[in-house]
Amino acid sequence: MSATHAPTRIKTLADLEAIREQGASRLAIRRAAEANLPEAPEIHILVCGDTGCRTNSALDTRDAFEQAVKEQGLGDRVKVVTVGCFGFCRMGPVVVVDPGQTFYCHVRPEHAPVIIREHILGGRPVESLLFAPKPKDKARVERMFDLPFYIGQRRTALRNCGMIDPERIDDAIAADRYFALAKAVLEMTPEQVIDEVKRSGLRGRGGGGFPTGRKWELAAAVKGDVKYVLCNADEGDPGAFMDRSVLEGDPHAVLEAMAIAGYAVGASQGYIYVRAEYPLAVRRLENAIRQARELGLLGKNIFGTDFSFDIDLRLGAGAFVCGEETALIASIEGQRGLPRPRPPFPAQAGLWGKPTLNNNVETYANIPYIILHGADAFRSVGTEKSPGTKVFCLAGDVVNTGLVEVPLGTPLRDIVFGMGGGIRGGRQFKAAQTGGPSGGCIPAHLLDTPMDYESLTAIGSMMGSGGLIVMDDMTCMVDVARFYLQFTQDESCGKCPPCRIGTKRMLEILDRIVEGEGTMEDLDELERLAAGIKATALCGLGQTAPNPVLSTLRYFREEYEAHVRDKHCPAGRCKAITQFRIDQELCKACNVCARNCPVEAIHGEIRKPETFYIDADACIKCGNCASVCKFNAVVW
Amino acid sequence: MTNSACKGITPDDPRFAELDAFIQDGRASAEFLIAVLHKAQQIFGFLPEEVQRHVAAALQVPPSEVYGVVTFYNYFTLTPVGKYPINVCMGTACYVRGAGRILSLIEEELGIKPGEVTPDGMFSLEVCRCLGACSLAPVVTVKEEVYSQMDEAGTRKLLADLRRRAEAATAVGATGGE
Repeated sequence: MSATHAPTRIKTLADLEAIREQGASRLAIRRAAEANLPEAPEIHILVCGDTGCRTNSALDTRDAFEQAVKEQGLGDRVKVVTVGCFGFCRMGPVVVVDPGQTFYCHVRPEHAPVIIREHILGGRPVESLLFAPKPKDKARVERMFDLPFYIGQRRTALRNCGMIDPERIDDAIAADRYFALAKAVLEMTPEQVIDEVKRSGLRGRGGGGFPTGRKWELAAAVKGDVKYVLCNADEGDPGAFMDRSVLEGDPHAVLEAMAIAGYAVGASQGYIYVRAEYPLAVRRLENAIRQARELGLLGKNIFGTDFSFDIDLRLGAGAFVCGEETALIASIEGQRGLPRPRPPFPAQAGLWGKPTLNNNVETYANIPYIILHGADAFRSVGTEKSPGTKVFCLAGDVVNTGLVEVPLGTPLRDIVFGMGGGIRGGRQFKAAQTGGPSGGCIPAHLLDTPMDYESLTAIGSMMGSGGLIVMDDMTCMVDVARFYLQFTQDESCGKCPPCRIGTKRMLEILDRIVEGEGTMEDLDELERLAAGIKATALCGLGQTAPNPVLSTLRYFREEYEAHVRDKHCPAGRCKAITQFRIDQELCKACNVCARNCPVEAIHGEIRKPETFYIDADACIKCGNCASVCKFNAVVW
Repeated sequence: MTNSACKGITPDDPRFAELDAFIQDGRASAEFLIAVLHKAQQIFGFLPEEVQRHVAAALQVPPSEVYGVVTFYNYFTLTPVGKYPINVCMGTACYVRGAGRILSLIEEELGIKPGEVTPDGMFSLEVCRCLGACSLAPVVTVKEEVYSQMDEAGTRKLLADLRRRAEAATAVGATGGE
């Protein structure tokens, strides 16, 4: 859908500026906060075309808008644009009307003609589709950035997501893409680029938090005619999808940053290792690489200099361990993704034995901003040791799910109860899990923990890639620990015994505990095994695998003890030791439980509490009855 | 693992030509093994021994190494998938929101476990680790279609819809139609 004429190659900064100039008015419309739509000379209807909204038929909604625009003869004035993720996936399909940034939720195809008629032609936003902070309240919020979900957010890595058409390089250029690359290769030496990244204090956003500038410096210092720059887009951490959103919503951010990295460390070839589970991200990247090559922003003699850099894609094939950098390198080489001991570090001997720099997607997405606006601007948010912003994927039992980008150091409470809107169904917060299978669970009394690298490590969790799974009081923490261990055990590559055998032994113990067959000695044995695995496993996957168990033992030990000693699961999740029944003293005989029972195991006569009971033979122990009962009359 | 469907693939299978064209397009070396296997699985639907041996010869890598790679990565399968491959996301967000219950329900309804195919070849079941649609958990996919925010009722409805589609397809097939 790019410009129809053959693209001309960009040889100078002026060529790039000319393209930005052409797109300036488009971007101005999307940035304008105020509007009187009937009078506006040009209107953009932005439809989220990201994976999340697509599952809710966002493309049908887009087609309906195009149809409605055509029918009203508005084609010259109203443009329908497919954009990347707005972040508020829970409200999908999301549509934003610009100028004015009116944010519409759950927009179905049949709503398209209504929005065109009432809002675009009539100037009155369609109230029923605006965000309602309180479902039963009439109050509505119109402008995107006034939504509670966006208050407190600061978008750096995601700055262009939901604003540009990710399939048009001219849209990306209009939003300043490739200007940081121009600045780097035309005005800065490689040393200056590295220095700027170092001064920014940017740390790896993929999990480890290693200083990015230091990593670049190490790769640059190694002598070698052939070096490689890699992008780790193997976002395997379950519960994290920020990298997918960047790749789908602003793929040129990553290409530009990799080229800057190539210039800084002296590499001329880059590879993006992306999950095969992300087909849309793959398509968008392929398209972006093709467009960048056509314009000469990738390839030989970029901006007329002697710097050349190109990028190719490599697809993963579903192995979590390939997120570990030495395993990732083996996989790019076409082999099984087995990690190897370090040193030598990839900076010395990486892909095909050559010096290799590897960063994750979100880390790269911060680079253009740092080069263009300077390290000080970047450091102006976040904390001293953790500057900048971090994208978190807010999911689980929280009201507002989606992507939030916040300054590092933002308290967990602000994210869960501010942007997240609290816990679903009026239930209680129990824990938040960060860091995925390598991280830990944060209990309620630590809700004020600032979300930065040091604070999270201090409480036994970790930043990880940014998954943030909120759990309510119906979640069993032993079961959660077992879930993660099952994951790492499943994904263990099998190379080193501590991970292969140690996690298996730990999983067997947890299996016993949830079956009600654990002993108190088992709890000590879990801790002993965990210490051994952490100290001796070969790679990060194994070394961090015990973390979910250790952190739940630390903060929720009484739950483990209840399983072991009382053969009781306080959350009612572990089926083997849970038997639901109705407390007829508390029961109001409203029949809500019976209506929500998927297997019709609850019987009773309405308004006769003494008749209600659960047929234990039919009950599948799903817990639906307990979660819907307003009187806590379902007990276990 | 022998399977009746494997017998359909012989060295003169015309689909090998498509695979060879892909390999000859600059991918005839070991470093492209994973990319070639992706293509092969896309063409054949799975990676039986005949296909693995063909790839091994074309890329000049030992068949044992091809087998090693195929069995290492979850994405590659040695057995054919059903006409409607059902994939239940068991990522954390989906798990916390009840994916386990949805999986048991599907297992019960179809009578198969993850990794298996129904005897009529219509449905296969897999679990996967996070599709990255965590804010819409729990998520189930059927081929390329994604079903979000599933619950028991939604799952039953989905299975009923798929059964109807499967029956319609069989009925059309029986009368020789397209």
